[in-house]
Amino acid sequence: MAYPESLKKLIEKVEATRPARVERKKKGEEFPALKLEERDPVLKAFHPDFIQGTRREIRVGPSRGYSISNEIVDLLEAKSRMDPDSVDLSNPDYETDVLVIGAGGAGTAAAILAAENGARVLIATKLRHGDANTMMAEGGIQAADKVGKDSPYWHYLDILGGGHFVNDPELVYTMVTNAPDAIRWLEGLGTSFSKFEDGTMRTMHGGGTCRKRMHYAADITGAEIMKTIRDEARNHKDMIDVVEFCPAVDLVLDDQGRCIGAVLYNLETAEYHYVSAKAVVIATGGSGRLHIQGFMTTNHYGATADGIVMAYRAGVPISFLHTVQYHPTGVVFPEQAEGILITEKFRGAGANVLNVHGEQFVYEREPRDVEAACIIRECSPKGRGNGVPTPTGKFGVWLDSPMIDLLRGEGTVRKEFPGKHILFRRFGIDISREPMLIHPTLHYQNGGLKINASCETRIPGLYAAGEVAGGVHGENRLMGNSLLDVIVFGRIAGTAAAEYSRTVGETGKPSLEHVRRYNREVEEAGIEGQRIAPMILPDYSNPEVRERQLTRDYFGTLSG
Amino acid sequence: MTKPSEKPMDEMVPIFFMGKRYEVPASLTIQKALEYAGYQHIRGCGCRGGVCGACGTVYRTPDSYKLQVGLACQTVVQPGMHLMILPYYPSNRAVFNIEEMRGTGGELAELYPEIFKCIGCNACTMGCPMDIDVMHYMAQAIRGDVKGVAETSFDCIMCGLCASRCPAEEVQFNVAILARRLNARYRVPRAEHLRKRVEQVREGLFEEPLRDLMGKSTEELKKMYSSRETEPQMAEDDWTPQDARYV
Repeated sequence: MAYPESLKKLIEKVEATRPARVERKKKGEEFPALKLEERDPVLKAFHPDFIQGTRREIRVGPSRGYSISNEIVDLLEAKSRMDPDSVDLSNPDYETDVLVIGAGGAGTAAAILAAENGARVLIATKLRHGDANTMMAEGGIQAADKVGKDSPYWHYLDILGGGHFVNDPELVYTMVTNAPDAIRWLEGLGTSFSKFEDGTMRTMHGGGTCRKRMHYAADITGAEIMKTIRDEARNHKDMIDVVEFCPAVDLVLDDQGRCIGAVLYNLETAEYHYVSAKAVVIATGGSGRLHIQGFMTTNHYGATADGIVMAYRAGVPISFLHTVQYHPTGVVFPEQAEGILITEKFRGAGANVLNVHGEQFVYEREPRDVEAACIIRECSPKGRGNGVPTPTGKFGVWLDSPMIDLLRGEGTVRKEFPGKHILFRRFGIDISREPMLIHPTLHYQNGGLKINASCETRIPGLYAAGEVAGGVHGENRLMGNSLLDVIVFGRIAGTAAAEYSRTVGETGKPSLEHVRRYNREVEEAGIEGQRIAPMILPDYSNPEVRERQLTRDYFGTLSG
Repeated sequence: MTKPSEKPMDEMVPIFFMGKRYEVPASLTIQKALEYAGYQHIRGCGCRGGVCGACGTVYRTPDSYKLQVGLACQTVVQPGMHLMILPYYPSNRAVFNIEEMRGTGGELAELYPEIFKCIGCNACTMGCPMDIDVMHYMAQAIRGDVKGVAETSFDCIMCGLCASRCPAEEVQFNVAILARRLNARYRVPRAEHLRKRVEQVREGLFEEPLRDLMGKSTEELKKMYSSRETEPQMAEDDWTPQDARYV
């Protein structure tokens, strides 16, 4: 299943221009980056965020009137999955100090810190502990810790430039100043970062960085971090319990409006469980599996915006959800790997992005939104029409990975990118010899629940951290700042929630009144249809089979 | 831009999932083939990209007695294959306090004394969907070679297939992550620049410049952003900027 002849012919054009491109790179001669004022026109013409008709105003809830992607609005303009009147809140199935919803990077970091601060913790998660976008993050984690050449000051400026200067300054300040300590924490837990002999961290550039501050563990940085902190959580087994395959579907508030728990749905027995807690941390991650605008996605199977839905319904406003991040480089061929992330680290290591003629058309380290828009322009018939046609009828561009071995020595691709090397080898492609065919793919939810620098939401007792929260990345996140986000804010949320749980005292009477109210609001807004949310899992099952699923009470995406 | 279920049709082949026959397009991965057959995965599906370890799969093809392994999200169906996804395997895991460890080989044996029961049958290596030489790192563990285990096992996704095949009831992947953590914490030198920078932040070294930056107008920020100095891509680690403020 190697590249077919048609593509091999086109690869010859890439090979023809490669020696000269490598020479230029060695001399430090780069394809010119777009100036700030040149970015806007490309974004407006080709970035998916700007396509007419793909957004609409939300008609209900705390951010009514805010215009975001239709796919997310569909979930917000929906009723609860369960009938709030039928849930028995008098008898909790679980009792804990801190309930953490979601078991990815942010949730796990929060759980560890909450436990270390004396709180009993229950992690409730939809799939397994560690099944999350964190596990799939590849390229790295940013922190300005190279004394003598970098500083949180420059990190701050890079983040603002990438985020279009609209980021929440306090959140950015908090992230850049906590970044070195976050890396130090991971190092102390035994995360295998790539280092020089003397222990100095190896660091690289990412799109939009002015200093090399991307720490990494080969090309599986997120997996390495996730495996390490999950393992650490398991060392706290007297304090941290994990309930898997039990996603939360609604929060529970008390009669004073404080968050005191959640209702879980057991995916295997179809029961609903009530968890009583003193404080709740939402760390449910992103929403790539909503396939906004029909885009393929790099995201985890469970990335369906559940946390946004339940917190919004309880009264937490959302911010920065009007922009969505499309990662410039997702696999577009071979088809079996379609949508899979190709880390930005390839470009950080020097690989050019090339059109069908084997020519450069964009500087390879633009911020992600700009890079993605330029690639779409190159592929689109409405743009320049210089895309590489795939055998499956799509268009992509080349990512010239073989350059990396030429620049940094034979064997570098294999050593620095083992994950992708193995993946492509399964398809008969050696990426240290042949380039990869890529196209932008739905990657990240730039915005989310509104939080402050202590991860507090508007609701007392309710915290949020990681991709589910919004503000720190403004309108566009830079590479390596999401792993940083989940660790920094996960730790802050866990610490704050533990502290709050110690001091809150007796909680009031548990209630789902906010759910009833929201359901009424949906009805009163005249929203048609019987949509329910959260979605929990995407449904990729065959539509022809679904037509034969004739059970009468078939309900939503799951038949339980 | 298609969702996974909307694949162009091609040649159909039979596969047997837990013994039941389904006709599926020949180009699909096992994961997508089961969705084509009508399944909505709950267990046995995670990242869909080969890194999370949720979908370890064992299968046999009609022409061979051999048991084969792969990840359901990465393995293309084969005609007549019989398969089973193994989403979970009961696994012994030792609890330890990373702060109180020393990073010695002896600690692997203390926490997992059963490593000495390894009979060297190589079933774990044959059963690894990531092509890791599992038996080799178990031998390294027995020798107390923490660094060796860490390096050999680096790509482990902890799917549990190795443990499922082991006649000595080892839990190789938990031994491996213990070794990786010990190695990274104790055998590789700590980053001195990191320690120093954490201290500098604590001392408030960046407080004033950052607060100053936070007070700037968008126009001023744009100007500063556009004129900031960029470290060249091919620069060595000891590169220093001309503008040495705040570093």
